[in-house]
Amino acid sequence: MNNSRLKLNLGPQHPSTHGVLRLVLDLNGEKITACEPDVGYLHRGMEKMAEKLSYIQYLPLVDRIDYLAGFFYSELFCRSIENALEIELSNRIKAIRVMLLELNRIASHLLWIGAFLMDLGAVSPFFYAFRERELILQYFEKISGQRMMNNYFVFGGLRHDIFDLDDVEEILRILPEKIIDYENIITENPIFIQRTAQKGILEASDAINYGITGVNLRTSGFNFDLRKTDKLYDGYEFDTVVLENKDSWGRYKARVLEIKESIKIVAQAVANIKTNTIYEATKIKPVNLTIPEGEYCSEIEAPRGLASCFIISDGNKAPYRLKWRTGSYYAVNLLRKLLVGTYINDAIAIAGSLDIILPEVDK
Amino acid sequence: MNMLYFLYIEFLAKYNIPQWFGDITFYFIPGIIIFFALLVVILFLVLIERKLLGWFTQRKGPNRVGLWGVLQTVADALKLLCKENITPDKSNKVLFNLAPILIFLPVIPILGIIPYSSEFTFVNLRTNMLIFIVFASLPVLCILLGGWASNNKYSLIGAVRNIAQILAFELPMAFTLIGIAALASSINLSDITLAQNNANGVVGWFIIPNIIGFIIMFICTLAELNRCPFDLPEAESELICGYNTEYSGMRFAMFYLSEYSMLFANTLFISVLFLGGYLSPFGKYLAPILLPESIGNVAIYFEQAFWLILKSFLIIFIVIWVRATLPRMASFDLLKFSWCWLLPISILNLFFIIILKCGGLCA
Repeated sequence: MNNSRLKLNLGPQHPSTHGVLRLVLDLNGEKITACEPDVGYLHRGMEKMAEKLSYIQYLPLVDRIDYLAGFFYSELFCRSIENALEIELSNRIKAIRVMLLELNRIASHLLWIGAFLMDLGAVSPFFYAFRERELILQYFEKISGQRMMNNYFVFGGLRHDIFDLDDVEEILRILPEKIIDYENIITENPIFIQRTAQKGILEASDAINYGITGVNLRTSGFNFDLRKTDKLYDGYEFDTVVLENKDSWGRYKARVLEIKESIKIVAQAVANIKTNTIYEATKIKPVNLTIPEGEYCSEIEAPRGLASCFIISDGNKAPYRLKWRTGSYYAVNLLRKLLVGTYINDAIAIAGSLDIILPEVDK
Repeated sequence: MNMLYFLYIEFLAKYNIPQWFGDITFYFIPGIIIFFALLVVILFLVLIERKLLGWFTQRKGPNRVGLWGVLQTVADALKLLCKENITPDKSNKVLFNLAPILIFLPVIPILGIIPYSSEFTFVNLRTNMLIFIVFASLPVLCILLGGWASNNKYSLIGAVRNIAQILAFELPMAFTLIGIAALASSINLSDITLAQNNANGVVGWFIIPNIIGFIIMFICTLAELNRCPFDLPEAESELICGYNTEYSGMRFAMFYLSEYSMLFANTLFISVLFLGGYLSPFGKYLAPILLPESIGNVAIYFEQAFWLILKSFLIIFIVIWVRATLPRMASFDLLKFSWCWLLPISILNLFFIIILKCGGLCA
């Protein structure tokens, strides 16, 4: 039975669809009776491009799959190639990569906190979150020359060794204080709790059926963190944040806690970098690089859930087929289920809480 | 007021203009004075809000046009004047064009009834508190007019939300106003101000016995003005821009101006009711003490106006502070908040005030 009175076209040009997501909503009053997400407005053919470009030509593009977590996709692509060529990384390179990945995760979560609160109508946290994110981006700029699409990881190592850890120590010193500030202004705010608690409840079974990973899955009470089994993170002490809240508030809280865990990891990585002073990268000739025939897959815990890069090589200069798996794509599909029965302003909050980044969805 | 009338007639008589002309035009003069004074105040208010928001969010705010950005609002207004006025196809063109003109009118009678000093009220009717109740809720009709006539779904949702919101908050406000009328034994704003006169200044103000009423009144004013956290009708992250989504150029500016002028008028009204209007917070006026006697007796009236406007700006500061801090409420929670909490509390508060008054516990 179709009891919708109004069909509302939310997006693709809408302030809080975080890019170009289009949601076709059937409304009864302000209540949503059906939701149809429409993606593809930012499709850049990332996977097809890989088949035409050589590996080193494709490397700068992978950062752009998710511009907020560029290091993760660089790392994934490099790791696939390193697996194929059976390259072992030195300890210093591993530690630097861990440090940059976790700094990137912090930056991504900070941006999410700001944007989520903006969706809820609070302006100030957006600026506060950007102020701290700026410190991290400035450090990225210092080491790689770019603020966001860094293109810093290369096959078998880094573009060059890092030369400065003072800024990271400064970030490690400042961030915990600032996070206390966020918690003071946001976490226990009654209106914030009213808007997010018990809204957009996601059961673990549904999350698994829809392919949801990352923070959204862990907030549903399911312990799944790829970093625990990742070889890159061997020897790092940190807790996986698992909450039983299942709602938007839990997803916010989990991200704040994850920032704290990431700070711990960065501190350990900095210590590791200081003990491993020798930078030795495996020299490979990037031009005309070929990888042996076969299928290579690598996975990583990205800020928006499990991300993987699957390469089928036929031994040529370009892969025969390359497939990306990104977390947000599955979260968009979940909107079909989560938004039905909610009101418009809750719907915006729920969609925001899933941390959907459109370039990552469309690829 | 009578003095002004005779001065005006005398002034006209100098140029041989008959008295009947003066009799008719005299009643338009206050309107014209208010209109231009209001424009100046609004320009200042918009700037102050942006400066304060900048301060709250660690930015500089406007600082390029003129000294410290004082001309920023003028530049914005000029830009809006130059913009094209777009009337959407299939909209109700008459009502669409009428709404932004009508919305600016109700504020002028409200400013007319405020006693700016003990000798200066434009329109001093015996029942001028009622005039406020009537005119303060008129902009809602214009918002409904504009929202409905725009033929836009977002506008319609915003307008309907606004109606529900005003209906919910009008009643607690009325109960609070009755409490004030009971305390002052009058519904004339000049009498209400004088009833708060006390040798010790602040002690006599109605905010002391009626602090709950002040808080309720403040919340209701936020709702009536569509200010954060009740800015649902124009929730930019949900409804693009709510009821004025389709408006552009000067018509948009009219909505904007009306919003700020109503903010000013409402805060003046609250200052009169709760903060002693034009009375000095020290109980004695400073002008006769600081200035020589000849000027001091006239300066007292300017000092009274200064206190009134200072009090209203204090409230405006809190309004902006709230905006910088809180997220937006959900529409459903907002109605529940008003009907289930504000209304019962305001009724209980009214009983409390009446008991206070009958028991002779306050003047």
